Amino acid sequence: MRFGGLTAVHDLSFNAHSREITAIIGPNGAGKTTVFNCLTGFYKPSIGRLTMHVNGEALLLERMDGFRIARQAGIARTFQNIRLFAGMTVLENLIVAQHNLLMSASMFSIAGLFGLPRYRSAERAAVERARHWLDKVGLTERADTTAGTLPYGAQRRLEIARALCAGPALLCLDEPAAGLNPRESAELNALLLAIRAEQEVGILLIEHDMRVVMGISDRIIVLDYGRKIADGTPAAVRADPNVIKAYLGEDEVETLPGSLATDLR
Amino acid sequence: MTAASGRAVGNSTVATVDWAALLKDAVIAALVAILLALPLVGVETYDVGGGALGIRTHFDRVAIAAAAVFAGRLALQIRQRFLRRGESRIAAILSRLTAWSNRQALRLTIAGVAFAAALPFLPFSSRYLIDLATTVLIYVMLGWGLNVVVGLAGLLDLGYVAFYAVGAYTFALSARDLGLTFWQALPLSGLVAASFGVILGFPVLRLRGDYLAIVTLGFGEIIRIVLLNWSPVTGGPNGISDIPRPSFFGLPFARSAPEGVTTFHQFFGFEFSPNQRVTYIYFVILTLALVTNLFTLRLRRLPIGRAWEALREDEVACRALGINPTNVKLSAFGIGAMLGGFAGCFFATRQGFISPESFTFIESATILAIVVLGGMGSQMGVVLAAILLVTLPEFGRAFAEFRMLIFGAAMVAIMVWRPRGLLAHREPSLLLAPRSTRGS
Repeated sequence: MRFGGLTAVHDLSFNAHSREITAIIGPNGAGKTTVFNCLTGFYKPSIGRLTMHVNGEALLLERMDGFRIARQAGIARTFQNIRLFAGMTVLENLIVAQHNLLMSASMFSIAGLFGLPRYRSAERAAVERARHWLDKVGLTERADTTAGTLPYGAQRRLEIARALCAGPALLCLDEPAAGLNPRESAELNALLLAIRAEQEVGILLIEHDMRVVMGISDRIIVLDYGRKIADGTPAAVRADPNVIKAYLGEDEVETLPGSLATDLR
Repeated sequence: MTAASGRAVGNSTVATVDWAALLKDAVIAALVAILLALPLVGVETYDVGGGALGIRTHFDRVAIAAAAVFAGRLALQIRQRFLRRGESRIAAILSRLTAWSNRQALRLTIAGVAFAAALPFLPFSSRYLIDLATTVLIYVMLGWGLNVVVGLAGLLDLGYVAFYAVGAYTFALSARDLGLTFWQALPLSGLVAASFGVILGFPVLRLRGDYLAIVTLGFGEIIRIVLLNWSPVTGGPNGISDIPRPSFFGLPFARSAPEGVTTFHQFFGFEFSPNQRVTYIYFVILTLALVTNLFTLRLRRLPIGRAWEALREDEVACRALGINPTNVKLSAFGIGAMLGGFAGCFFATRQGFISPESFTFIESATILAIVVLGGMGSQMGVVLAAILLVTLPEFGRAFAEFRMLIFGAAMVAIMVWRPRGLLAHREPSLLLAPRSTRGS
């Protein structure tokens, strides 16, 4: 991916599998979010190919519009700076995520306008799905409050629940633990592990919080200056000299405060 | 010790008014007033004779104006210092009124509809009152239509009057050239206006906010200028007259009908009165407006309505959830335009005569003002604002040339006390559980 003369992501290739948590880490400006934006259609990659295998069918993402990627390839994402529908209630946020399903059930609003049973049952099912994820993220009590008034951590969880309500095959989370306190990020870990265990979904994760990354990832991909410098299990990546160099610099490992070094190791 | 003395200083500044600052402020206001008053009231031209103009100066009037502004500004400032609580009391009353009207929404709606339905038969009602109520209802309907575009989808449209005009001209032309009646032309007007809405929608898909407003403003002007200059079809500035009146299931409202046609009063055995038609037209617009309201309320609770609101909140997130923003925007423009088209069709049949003069920018501005003053997305607010904005100039008739001044002042006052509109309140489109059963 190039922006003018700047190559933000160069010659990167990796796989993310269903029922696995794949983390992308790297220092600031390494190109992690750019990878996400290419994947979800917000950017068109200058060169290269993104393929999504859904039900034995291979979809070429780089040729699709952003909303089609979400709709047909089943890629849902969250954002680094939370993007909820702040003026709508928590439940409405989750119902909007099921828009395409409900829209076809309402036959482009005609069945919905007359309240036909076909639409009413679809709406009930959508509310049930929303309730399921509300229970999972612990927001059932707040279902009818305005999303923008929720505390920060709850907004993060709601955004994940909203992405899951869209029924994705691949869930892309852009720094889900940013701004969470240690207890909240432990809850996030548990939530992501539960999703992996219960759903036929792959999770792709950008994260700086090493407790989250090392604790739950099946595979870690490390980017630096837009290039992949490591790819493997948490243990392998932790020991990789290239990774240590990228994060800590060449000679400064010894002079680091102990807590930071243990966080990384 | 220091804390205590600090508090004492704080107290003293609250108690004593900084007269120097107040006076300075009032003097500045008076100077501005002098600057404005000099050319406006200070100089008068008069005919010297022989076609030449002389200039008379009225510095006394300038002095009066400056003194009035000085005193007024000073009084306002003092009032603000001493009666700060008094001002917030008005805001508090208004917000309590809003909360009350939200709690009583259903009862208020029923009462309002019942009152509207009974209005023509009330003892104090007159032809003038029903006419005024009809005008109010046209604006209510236009407000509800524009609410779809501005209030729900968040697309600022300054050219809404274009669709109103398209609807009106669709009916006028189809009546003149195809001989369609009002009821036949009504769906056609909506359809044509909706297509214009979608046509406008395409070029502005990528625009938002101020830029969108400018393009829609231009679109409104284009429609008006085309109507004005395409004389062979639209009659240009002369407009189209003799537009047929609506009939009651085929029964016309007339003193005498041509051979073979029964009129309304003959059929029901009433004495003929021109008020019957006025009353009937009033009921037509009441029905149209109520249908518009039910239609938009229903749409709000459907996926399409939620997608509109989601688009208003965050377009990027919509895209990431697989919602096609193009379709959502076009549907909002189309449906908003359709409702405007219906209103336009009614306007044409009510007036019996239309010309481009009825569709100037000031109409768009009034409709938008109704939506914004009422509270974006609030159906009740639109009604309240429409009543206010239509009847206020009427009451102002007694003050003749001060009408617009009073009108403007009222709008400023509303925006100062209720910056989010008279009845700003959003009802969730669906709830997880009724609040009463959640505890069990």
